Amino acid sequence: MSYLNSMWRNEQSRGVLIQVFVLTGFFALFSWLIGNVISNFTSLNKGFGFDFLFLPAGYDINQTLIEYTNRSTHLRAAIVGLLNTFLVAAVGVALATLLGFVLGVARLSRNWLISKLAYIYIEFTRNVPVLLHILLWHGIIVNTMPHPRQALTIGEVLFLTNRGLYVPKPIAETGIGLVWLGVVAALFFSVGLARYSRARQRQSGLQWPVFRINLVIWILLPTLAFFLAGQPVSLNLPVLKGFNFRGGIQLPPEFVALTFALAIYTAAFIGEIVRAGIVAVDKGQREAAEAIGLKPGQVMNEVILPQARRIIIPPLTSQYLNLTKNSSLAIAIGYMDIVATLGGITLNQTGREMEAMLMVMGIYLIISLLISALMNWYNSRVRLVGR
Amino acid sequence: MKSTSWVIAGLTSVLLAGTAGAATLDDVRAKGELTCIVNTGLAGFAAPNDQGVWSGFDIDYCRAVAAAVLGDSGKVGFVPATTAERFTKLRAGEGEILSRNTTWTFSRDVDLQQTFVGVNYYDGQGFMVPASLGVTSATQLDGASVCIQTGTTTELNLAEYFSLNKMKYEPVPIATNAEAQSNYLAGRCDVYTTDASGLAATKAAFDNPNEHVVLPEVVSKEPLGPVVRHGDDQWADIASWTLKAMMVAEELGITSQNAEKMKNSENPEIRRLLGVDELQGVSALGLSPDWAYNIITQVGNYGESFERHLGKSTKLGLSRGINALAKDGGLHYVPPVK
Repeated sequence: MSYLNSMWRNEQSRGVLIQVFVLTGFFALFSWLIGNVISNFTSLNKGFGFDFLFLPAGYDINQTLIEYTNRSTHLRAAIVGLLNTFLVAAVGVALATLLGFVLGVARLSRNWLISKLAYIYIEFTRNVPVLLHILLWHGIIVNTMPHPRQALTIGEVLFLTNRGLYVPKPIAETGIGLVWLGVVAALFFSVGLARYSRARQRQSGLQWPVFRINLVIWILLPTLAFFLAGQPVSLNLPVLKGFNFRGGIQLPPEFVALTFALAIYTAAFIGEIVRAGIVAVDKGQREAAEAIGLKPGQVMNEVILPQARRIIIPPLTSQYLNLTKNSSLAIAIGYMDIVATLGGITLNQTGREMEAMLMVMGIYLIISLLISALMNWYNSRVRLVGR
Repeated sequence: MKSTSWVIAGLTSVLLAGTAGAATLDDVRAKGELTCIVNTGLAGFAAPNDQGVWSGFDIDYCRAVAAAVLGDSGKVGFVPATTAERFTKLRAGEGEILSRNTTWTFSRDVDLQQTFVGVNYYDGQGFMVPASLGVTSATQLDGASVCIQTGTTTELNLAEYFSLNKMKYEPVPIATNAEAQSNYLAGRCDVYTTDASGLAATKAAFDNPNEHVVLPEVVSKEPLGPVVRHGDDQWADIASWTLKAMMVAEELGITSQNAEKMKNSENPEIRRLLGVDELQGVSALGLSPDWAYNIITQVGNYGESFERHLGKSTKLGLSRGINALAKDGGLHYVPPVK
């Protein structure tokens, strides 16, 4: 006992002792929870297994990126949900990044109106919970957009209704290969041109308007191929038939509301991160760039942003993770993501709550770790190499 | 989102709860109160009334069980549950009875380890549409958008009905009845589908109920009834005969008003039910001889409960239809009290 006492008096060994106690306590709690689950499962006569994934799901899903009918398995329903999660996350991240960078730069603009507008937007948006954003956008679309029979239309091609936005669906026909060839050729040309002009600038200091040339090439080559191949794309137009539009591509209000809300909400945070990154670049850098006669756009793109990017990327990663995880709020407006399919209807119809919830949690963990790994890899590439 | 957090709450209770004992009756007697898992709010079936007291058709059944077991219909607590969490809560021991418009199906009975003790309402899935659409039959719904509560049997029936009739539709899944209402009224969907009784309750709450019609098709069998946990036959018998006693009372013409007088009846079945003559097995079941008398005087017979909460004089205005007793042409046929 006195030995323990003396260990407790010593600061170093006390630290170790406390850690041992906490760890033991943690494992005891954990094993008690697991043991309790096992004994409760046995007393309920309930097995643990994933066989239910291969039974027919029996329910329909309104937005499916892969083929799915109500006779498909629960596993396939889960995959449909997972792809819907990916779709929202990918589109949301892209939109949020774009909007966020614009906001961050606008916030620092010397134009009073622009900077104040960006300020107001950011403060209003990021201080309202994201769930309210989602419900608000869904409410706006469903309540203010017209019924399909009175749809707003642009040239009888695009239709806007409270059942979603309908756009024509391009359908590839024979000869589409030539168009793809044009795209690939444009890709090779633009990469080659960029490399060549960089080498040329390094040697002679002369610049080419690479971006503009490439833009022309990107438009010209595929268009040329398109007409040479005899216009091998036909459009499947949405047509009002009965209750709803048929044909075309439908962007349901749930998808639009969720993606918009997540992008708009996250963009406010990204805007602040971008602003912080830009402000963190030494003032002298801007002054030096201006002193050698670079235009304002060049100062931003060539001098400030490359340095700011290093500061921006780590916090940006956590915003991407937030957006992806927040997409699980989809169920509030009935968007069929992984939580609504596997963690919702499947869980309910099969009664396998433990298995389904474990799977959903595991999936989110994997997605988050993947995004993290990808961003860390990118971060290590743009990071200033220490000398 | 709400249902997910409830599911997690349910999971936590599975994690933390001790195992429920086999003798549910003893547990209830020891607690001095029955706990009933009920709907979060459905007019006529289970909802708090103006005074904040739970009332409704499903609530009456809970009170009847309390009257039979504890002799006092007031000794009952209510735990509201969504469609998604109800079974988890029952199995985790958060209540002894689940009385929440629950459809009796094979897999719920067998695979989920529960016992359905009877049918207190024969329902079927129906469709409601705005009258302005001019639709008169569910077979005209090809291509429609359909609002539906997720996690219910109706979701599966809908899929089956539309594929059997080779029709397409867009499912619009929604978590609660209230959200379904607002989406339907905003025109996000053309059709709202749920149990016909639920449609009647929902429609009754609209500002202009006459602008909506319930289509004649009933596309499924939805026998709704109370549920108990598997493995306690004594408790299942009590739950089952409480419901039957209410129906037998109606059959024999015993009401909450005349039960006292009926004790003097010459009819041997009435005398056995009210505990005047001995009904063999009552004590083995752990109940006192006046169990049914308590149910009838404190809650009423099946017909009284129906008329009080669902019948013609209420907002729902449902007729007895197939929920009449067998002798009146309905489906409720009860074994004799012998």
